[in-house]
Amino acid sequence: MGEYFQPEIETMPREKLREQQLENLRWSVRHAYDNVDLYRQRFDDAGVSPDDIQTLEDIQKFPFVVKQDMRDAYPFGMFALENKDIARIHASSGTTGQATVVGHSRRDLDNWGNCFARGIAMVGGSEKSTIQVSYGYGLFTGGLGAHDGGEAMGCTVIPTSSGNTKRQVQMMRDCETDILACTPSYALLIADTAIEMGYNPATEFKISGGIFGAEPCSENMRQEISDKLGIQYCDVYGLSEIMGPGVAMECKERGGLHIAEDQFYCEIVDPDTGEVLPDGEWGELVITTLTRECSPMIRYRTRDVTRIISEPCACGRTHRKIDRLRGRTDDMLIIRGVNVFPSQIEQVITAFPEIATQYQIILTNKGPLDSIELQVETEPDFQIDEVRKLEDLKARLQAELKSNLQVNVNVKIVEPKTIERSMGKAKRVIDLRGQEA
Amino acid sequence: MVSQLSIFLQNEKGHLSKAVSTIADANINMHALYLADTQDFGVARVFCDTPDVAAKLLTDAGFKASVTPVVAVRIPNEPGGLARLLRFCDDSDMNIEYAYCFAVKDESAIDVLKINGEDVEQKLRDANFDIVEHGEIYAI
Repeated sequence: MGEYFQPEIETMPREKLREQQLENLRWSVRHAYDNVDLYRQRFDDAGVSPDDIQTLEDIQKFPFVVKQDMRDAYPFGMFALENKDIARIHASSGTTGQATVVGHSRRDLDNWGNCFARGIAMVGGSEKSTIQVSYGYGLFTGGLGAHDGGEAMGCTVIPTSSGNTKRQVQMMRDCETDILACTPSYALLIADTAIEMGYNPATEFKISGGIFGAEPCSENMRQEISDKLGIQYCDVYGLSEIMGPGVAMECKERGGLHIAEDQFYCEIVDPDTGEVLPDGEWGELVITTLTRECSPMIRYRTRDVTRIISEPCACGRTHRKIDRLRGRTDDMLIIRGVNVFPSQIEQVITAFPEIATQYQIILTNKGPLDSIELQVETEPDFQIDEVRKLEDLKARLQAELKSNLQVNVNVKIVEPKTIERSMGKAKRVIDLRGQEA
Repeated sequence: MVSQLSIFLQNEKGHLSKAVSTIADANINMHALYLADTQDFGVARVFCDTPDVAAKLLTDAGFKASVTPVVAVRIPNEPGGLARLLRFCDDSDMNIEYAYCFAVKDESAIDVLKINGEDVEQKLRDANFDIVEHGEIYAI
């Protein structure tokens, strides 16, 4: 196996790729219209028909779908296949409200495996490689997505899933893992654990590549992971609504993640107006699936903020790239791989009558790991003259947050003027992650 | 009971100075200041003229400030003066949240106590402790 997993697809001349995209787009829009009531109704309401797709740009006439549509359609409202044709379902964590369920046909799973396998080739992997999958297995797409990728490539797959970090290190060492796939924060924990156990994984372990995604990672942390494990770092982008890990993956040239353009048509839109922006401009990523059979997504708003990089890549792949994500347009925070919504924090706070509703969440990378600080004020009638009462309040709030969010939150009681008052929508979250200290 | 001005302060450079300046700018005289500090924050306990006015000024300036009723006891300046007071509190099951003392001109000391409970001041008065009233303490 050479440098590419599917060279004929990954290096396809752009003209030919666009022709193929158009052909598949017409199929996908028609498939969605014919088999999913939501699309039929939306398209009819917007006065558009699948026959209107004459060029790729014609997709811009079609309405968006959003996460809420999937929640409303729970569980199978947006499935285009019958149960007999569905091979597997995955679900999002559904931390707030309704979970979302997506289905995959056998062919959908094969396409997914192939997309991920391209990334394995990007970090130098082949059928001779051993890949250790330390993403959690289950409804979350990380574990099985990476697993299928490893099998598609023909790798030896070690399905350790997440957890039991010392055993992860032992497997990595004893079974001579070449490639590790997990979240960046878990990769760092594995590296640190190996070092604590007395190893130097960078020189003593065979590992040479890592495929990491599902949460934001600062440049510092990325470098630290690469150095400690002695690997090439591949950033992987994916979301369960669209597929899972493998929607876009980063080659060794870095500078962006190659979108699997044979599978997905990507647009960048202004998050406020929905207007399509030219390549190179930052905005919200909107994805249309081109081949997906079970859960076709037509103009799905990902809420992820990035830009399209259309300059040719030195690696030879013709598929355009997205830049590393700048953030999300909605408010979900991913802290050490755990989804946290400000609304959950607010819910905990409101159960404390001593705490005012003004609060602010500050995210930093204290050392290599994400750190979350919650700044709160006490209510005016709370007696502030006793240190013990203040400390006690702080401890109780911290304990309650920990048990609700599964994440350690550092509570800081602050002076009233510290928390910025805004006239409009309050700025509740200040994300300083990824900024140099 | 006398009124203590309590100010919540983040443990950061310049905060105490700003709070004190706010009081000073209003021409309010301070008589005593005690700080309790932790890693994150501190609490300043202040005796000053017109504590209610000072608390409002500080609150308007964005500080967390309030007026706390505390007991002030005049202690003769002699060995065992304070010990006798604390022993009494102990024997009477009064739990002291915090306390501090300062000396005054007539060579006695004023001991300030924050004790949660009913009728603390009356109990002390009944035991012949010299309870200091509003006017006296602000005149120090």
